[in-house]
Amino acid sequence: MTAVLSTTGLTRRYQDQLALDDVSIDIEEGSITGLLGRNGAGKSTLMRIVTGQEFASAGTVRVFGESPVEHDAVLRRMVFVREDQVFPDFRVRHAVKAASWFYPRWDEELAQSLLRDFDLPDKRAIKKLSRGMRSALSIVIGLASRAELTLLDEPYAGLDAVARQLFYDRLLADYAEHPRTILVSTHLIDEVADLLEHIVMVDHGRVVLDAPADDVRGRATTVSGPARQVQAFVRHRRVLHERRIGARMAATVADRLDRDDQAQATAMNLKLEPLSLQQLMVATSLDAAGDHPGGNDAQKEDIA
Amino acid sequence: MLDDGTPLFVQIAEQLSDDIADGSLAEGQRVPSTNELAAFHRINPATAAKGINVLMDDGLLEKRRGIGMFVADGARERLLARRRESFAAQYLEPMLHEARRLGLDEDDLITLIRRTGSSAGGGRT
Repeated sequence: MTAVLSTTGLTRRYQDQLALDDVSIDIEEGSITGLLGRNGAGKSTLMRIVTGQEFASAGTVRVFGESPVEHDAVLRRMVFVREDQVFPDFRVRHAVKAASWFYPRWDEELAQSLLRDFDLPDKRAIKKLSRGMRSALSIVIGLASRAELTLLDEPYAGLDAVARQLFYDRLLADYAEHPRTILVSTHLIDEVADLLEHIVMVDHGRVVLDAPADDVRGRATTVSGPARQVQAFVRHRRVLHERRIGARMAATVADRLDRDDQAQATAMNLKLEPLSLQQLMVATSLDAAGDHPGGNDAQKEDIA
Repeated sequence: MLDDGTPLFVQIAEQLSDDIADGSLAEGQRVPSTNELAAFHRINPATAAKGINVLMDDGLLEKRRGIGMFVADGARERLLARRRESFAAQYLEPMLHEARRLGLDEDDLITLIRRTGSSAGGGRT
């Protein structure tokens, strides 16, 4: 597999704040990767640097093996759908027309069918569109461009659940027919979890997880039951988070539990619950907050 | 798809196996394509392909060039034989474990199985 996008030691400093801290990732060709993390974790900064809209303080970015900065040939091979896209003062069909000139792989038929799906009136002035309609327009351009590298940064602002499902379905259908490299950042993790092949999780500008989605499923488990038993079970494991109430306890461990572990837990009358991707992100962030200056010490809660 | 910690491709493979075992996917019948499975389950096509590959490596599915994937001859019987073998570990051991906790002995269990079996059978006829 070859990397379409690769960063090495990428760092972005704003005065005394590190927005990106030594980020080195490789995004494989033809995969859908989820870029996950809290607000302010560095997801958008990373995407802006990758698309040449912002500069790194240190480190390098390579897209199709080259620097994207003011590099027209590279920029035409990627599309960036961002949450707060600003359009010039013109109509929907003008925006679509302009995009069709820029992107070499543009598919007009797909663009028109997406405009219909999202009920976008093509003569309407963009400034008169609702927030959700503007997001839909960005999505239409992002998908119809069929760009080899598609970056989607929280692309659904103002879209309701039905429109979001439409977006995921159309994305998946077009990706299946025309495979390309997609990087999507989102905090509606449960909605997209099943679409992802690879996960990159960032927290405070650092990469805290970079793994195939299949490996991430079931990576962390919440063990609950009588506190003494839970403590005995988790003694030699990495605990991300624990909660207690009376004599009961629930501890989240960052371990994949094999069949023997599961049998042992059953024998000890413990209940095991694997964490969803979203729960894992929350647990990881809370864990990181514990040893981060200024972070809140929320990883241990006592409710008794 | 379920979020019980089981990898999605394993869930895909298990669902197809279930369909083969109960005969709803008959031997010689075409299996949904990777893209059809992806669209239906709303999962990544690569994940669906991985699930299909598990069954192909296992000889339960066979590829016919240019047409698609089909259920192999003898797939159903092989699946059923394998499931009979794992029946004790999968169902009896957890049951015996719980029975021991409740103080039920072997005779109690046999009585229970007969009674439950006859009432379930009676419901069906």
